[in-house]
Amino acid sequence: MAGFGHYTHAIVRGIPASLAKEALRSSQSEVDLAGARKEHEAYVQVLGTRLGLEVVELPADESLPDCVFVEDAVVVCGDTALITRPGAESRRKETEVMKAALKNLNLNIVEMTDENATLDGGDVLFTGQEFFVGLSKRTNQKGAEILADVFKDYAVSTVPVLQGLHLKSFCSMGGPGLILIGSSEHAQKTLKIMQQMSDHRYDKLTLPDDAAANCLYMNLPNKGHVLVHPTAEEYPESATVFDKLKDHMLIPVSNIEKTKVDGALTCCSVLITKRANI
Amino acid sequence: MTTEAGSETEVKEKAEESAAETDQSEKASEGAQEVTDAEGEDKEKEKEKDGKEGKGIARYLPTWLKKQKSQSQTSPTKEEPPKEESNSKDTQEEDGPVPEVNGHAEEVEEKEAVKSDEVKEQEAESHSTASADTEPAKEEKVQESAEKSPEETVVTEEGEGVEEEKKEQEGEGEKEGEEGGEEGHTSIFQSPLRLVRKSKMKLVVCRVTLLDGTDFTCEVEKRAKGQFLFFKVCEHLNLMEKDYFGLSYIDSHEQKVWLDPTKEIKRQIRSNNWQFSFNVKFYPPDPSLLTEDITRYLLCLQLREDVASGRLPCSFVTHALLGSYTLQAEVGDYEPDQPRPLDNVGQLTFAPNQNREMEEKIVELHKSHRGMTPAQADVQFLENAKKLSMYGVDLHHAKDSEGVDIMLGVCANGLLVYKDRLRINRFAWPKILKISYKRNNFYIKIRPGETEQFESTVGFKLQNHRSAKRLWKVCVENHSFFRLNAPEPPTKARFLTLGSKFRYSGRTQAQSRVASSLIDRPAPCFERTSSKRISRSLDGAPMIRITEATSENGGDPHLELHSDSKESAPQAEDAPVAENEISDTKEPAKTAEVEIEETVVVQEVSIAPKPGLVTVTSPQEVTVEKEVVVTVETKEAKQESVSSESESEEEAEYQPNVSVSICHTQILEEEEEEEEEEEKKGVSVPDAPSLPAEVEEEPEQKNNAEEEIQAKSNDDPITTQATNGHSLPEDSAVAPEEEEEEEEEEQEEQLKMNGVASVVEAEPRLQVICCSEPPVVKTEMVTISDTFAAQKTEIATKEVPIVHTETKTITYEAAQLDGNGDGEPGVLMTAQTITSESLCTTTTTHITKTLKGGLSETRIEKRIVITGDCDIDHDQALAQAIKEAKEQHPDMSVTRVVVHKETELAEEED
Repeated sequence: MAGFGHYTHAIVRGIPASLAKEALRSSQSEVDLAGARKEHEAYVQVLGTRLGLEVVELPADESLPDCVFVEDAVVVCGDTALITRPGAESRRKETEVMKAALKNLNLNIVEMTDENATLDGGDVLFTGQEFFVGLSKRTNQKGAEILADVFKDYAVSTVPVLQGLHLKSFCSMGGPGLILIGSSEHAQKTLKIMQQMSDHRYDKLTLPDDAAANCLYMNLPNKGHVLVHPTAEEYPESATVFDKLKDHMLIPVSNIEKTKVDGALTCCSVLITKRANI
Repeated sequence: MTTEAGSETEVKEKAEESAAETDQSEKASEGAQEVTDAEGEDKEKEKEKDGKEGKGIARYLPTWLKKQKSQSQTSPTKEEPPKEESNSKDTQEEDGPVPEVNGHAEEVEEKEAVKSDEVKEQEAESHSTASADTEPAKEEKVQESAEKSPEETVVTEEGEGVEEEKKEQEGEGEKEGEEGGEEGHTSIFQSPLRLVRKSKMKLVVCRVTLLDGTDFTCEVEKRAKGQFLFFKVCEHLNLMEKDYFGLSYIDSHEQKVWLDPTKEIKRQIRSNNWQFSFNVKFYPPDPSLLTEDITRYLLCLQLREDVASGRLPCSFVTHALLGSYTLQAEVGDYEPDQPRPLDNVGQLTFAPNQNREMEEKIVELHKSHRGMTPAQADVQFLENAKKLSMYGVDLHHAKDSEGVDIMLGVCANGLLVYKDRLRINRFAWPKILKISYKRNNFYIKIRPGETEQFESTVGFKLQNHRSAKRLWKVCVENHSFFRLNAPEPPTKARFLTLGSKFRYSGRTQAQSRVASSLIDRPAPCFERTSSKRISRSLDGAPMIRITEATSENGGDPHLELHSDSKESAPQAEDAPVAENEISDTKEPAKTAEVEIEETVVVQEVSIAPKPGLVTVTSPQEVTVEKEVVVTVETKEAKQESVSSESESEEEAEYQPNVSVSICHTQILEEEEEEEEEEEKKGVSVPDAPSLPAEVEEEPEQKNNAEEEIQAKSNDDPITTQATNGHSLPEDSAVAPEEEEEEEEEEQEEQLKMNGVASVVEAEPRLQVICCSEPPVVKTEMVTISDTFAAQKTEIATKEVPIVHTETKTITYEAAQLDGNGDGEPGVLMTAQTITSESLCTTTTTHITKTLKGGLSETRIEKRIVITGDCDIDHDQALAQAIKEAKEQHPDMSVTRVVVHKETELAEEED
């Protein structure tokens, strides 16, 4: 809670070959598996080498083509990890390995066992002060309720995801109290709802491209505000907007191939804060 | 004192309500009373003189007004006033600060009770009509002859508790022959004050459960207001920042209800179970802004309970963290040698599902707090607790429009809607235009968003009307406390509907902060619950010393208490008045803002006369230019509606004022919109929006005016001196009764205007309907708090010379004539406005409406603007205007008089 973005660990997972053909996607597209793996490697390197996070790499599972998108399998806040029940049935087993990894990190594990509940981590936006849960094709009310039950300290507000796969398909946190938001109508509408529902005030940074609004924010020792964001190559217009963040260390990371299967930057890692003494 | 007065009223009520026996006895006793009252009358005369000397409007008011009041109320008016005065004096002498409080409380009760018995009113009217005596004395006699005691009026108003009181009184009478007899006499004939003197009020033992789980027992007079008990508790606790706290009780439906400080305790609890609990009522969003450690300590105690009971949900880690701070505060540093910590932890309850694991975690965290003083531990506890999403959220079960179970949470920021644990909507206070309830429905009107054109209304279903009202009250209080600079005057004219006039009467958070910033006393020592540790302020001594200190304290706590009480004594005095003082003194800047708001309102009023209730309104406005606008509205209502008490409880509205943050302009717009809406509905007359106005001179003047009005006979037509050439249409014949009632109400209001101190002096008999600095519309319900406000205003003005312009709006409103009132729109048949200019500018608006049932109602609204120097006697002008209006339209009744005064605040005025 104190120190939003003070992450110490990151969990990532390899890309199975099955991703190219079998991974779920909302639009038809050819994925260059090698390119995807290359990008992912660079991504992991930024987290580990450049940013100094302790990276836990889980092995890919060919039977789980979407397993690289670890974000959906768990919601971690503080010392508690909620193992989700992903909305896509083909992805339910992704949680097993994740659970084991989290146990190794000594987190309090809570599992979502209710068979009526579905929740994808990609629909969960934690602002540091509260949760917003997008009700989408993948996440339902029950799933949100369970999340609220697990993270009792925080307000959990539900917001509709009118378009796109996940809530975080068009938004993410860009800093404490700063929401990055796409400029599409539905994204703006969702932002308005979030602002209305919140007791807190958020600044917003609007990006011309919805997908560019999905970034990884961290606040790291010796580095301050860090934002891992899509490259200018992918979103030239949005790239200029990031430059407005004068206080941030900006790290562009290419994510072209995974985007084809609806994988954004936040999807590919689970960031965890582990305090030394607890 | 108050208590006594209340009893009297009750008695009267009983008498009225109960069989004729009582009445007869009362009559018989009346003669005696008159004799006894002679003193009182003299006093009244004196008062009147005083009033004349002063600028008060009361002196100009025709006697009939007074008479009317008494008549309508069925109680002898004159007797009451003297009694009240004497009482008040007595009380003051005896109790000092307390009396004021009582007085306020009484007024409030009266207002609330205001529901007028039609029958009584009719009788009164008839009496009044018969006796057109100009002289007050005659009037009094007439009234008395009417058989109704002055206090009866009060009784009528009080409605709610009457029956109970009667029963109680009866019981008393049986038990205690002499006492009962005396009380009965007093109640009927004598003023409450006398009662107090003669026979000691019955004392009742109250048991208050404090936050540390102990019981505090004290005796209060049976008719004491909630405030009295609350102050006693605060004094016992040595608590100065008391505005965040309150007393609650469990009602007959097993619901926890806040004790209204302005009302008699007995009438609220409605049982013989004088059991209360002391709780945090408003959770400060930032406890670090509290001034005193003792306040934070009490807040901690409340939160510990909230957390342990599960009312304030939090995670395992937070449970452990909070628990560890509790341990540190209560036990001190972790001491590894002693096996005690874990055992201790086991004995304490930190969480609903406390287990060994949590206790171990608590101890583990406790170790890390070494060296922290109790006060520091409290601070840390609060810093963590305040972040919890449900901190300070008061949850109420409800259903949405589709019947789905939800929870409505009221908090500092607004209204939250939960479904299960999920927040599904949120309405921040600034987004809410109006809060109302009707039966078991609870409504909020939402300000339109940027892209929306119209405001929308969201409705929720509560379990029953009681829960709807409770929720509504909590909303009103929370909004007032957290969003307003100063409490809103109790009633607005708008609510012609017979709704509850309830308003938050205490200090707002802003006021409380100012007040606590002025606290100048050494940090009080207090004993901690479990540990007996004495806590000191942060600068505090090391633990060891603390322990020593504790032992000392333990030695003679009484001494400490005494010292505390002494220190706090000034508080106690302030406390009753506190509200007023605070508002006045502390925020000059805010005051200025308020003024602006008021001004705006005034403008609105002057611009658009609004058809509201059936009433005659004569607003006087004094502008910086020293213009006085007198508006006289005359309405005829063919239909009389009987207002039932129950109705009043059934529904109510509250339109949140603009928050401090909001600009004035916005506010104005809002108000205007609201008013317009109301007009459309035809239910309510737009009153000046409730803006806190500060009137320096006016209160007095008004009082005087009232007196005058009273002096004049009801039958006498009211002439508006200032206003000329207004043609008031005489449409339907107004029932004399109604008129009388209206007049009475007006009188009452005026009394209130006299307000504060003057209220008591002026005429106790009259029911003070309303007087508020801001535009206050008073209907049936009278709130005592208004009086306070008036006082505050005065004080404020004097103290704050910064203000350049002052606007005061006073509304005298008669009882609602139309029962239709619930807001049936009615059809507008005609409306015309005539404006003439001379010395004064007069605007007359006639509005004829067809109401349900084919009856038509014509309302005439006269707006008179008097502009001039201080030399002009506005009060007189007003009185004449009223008189004239009455004369012109004998068959109409004056239902409302609104006085807007805009004055340049010059030191001269003070």
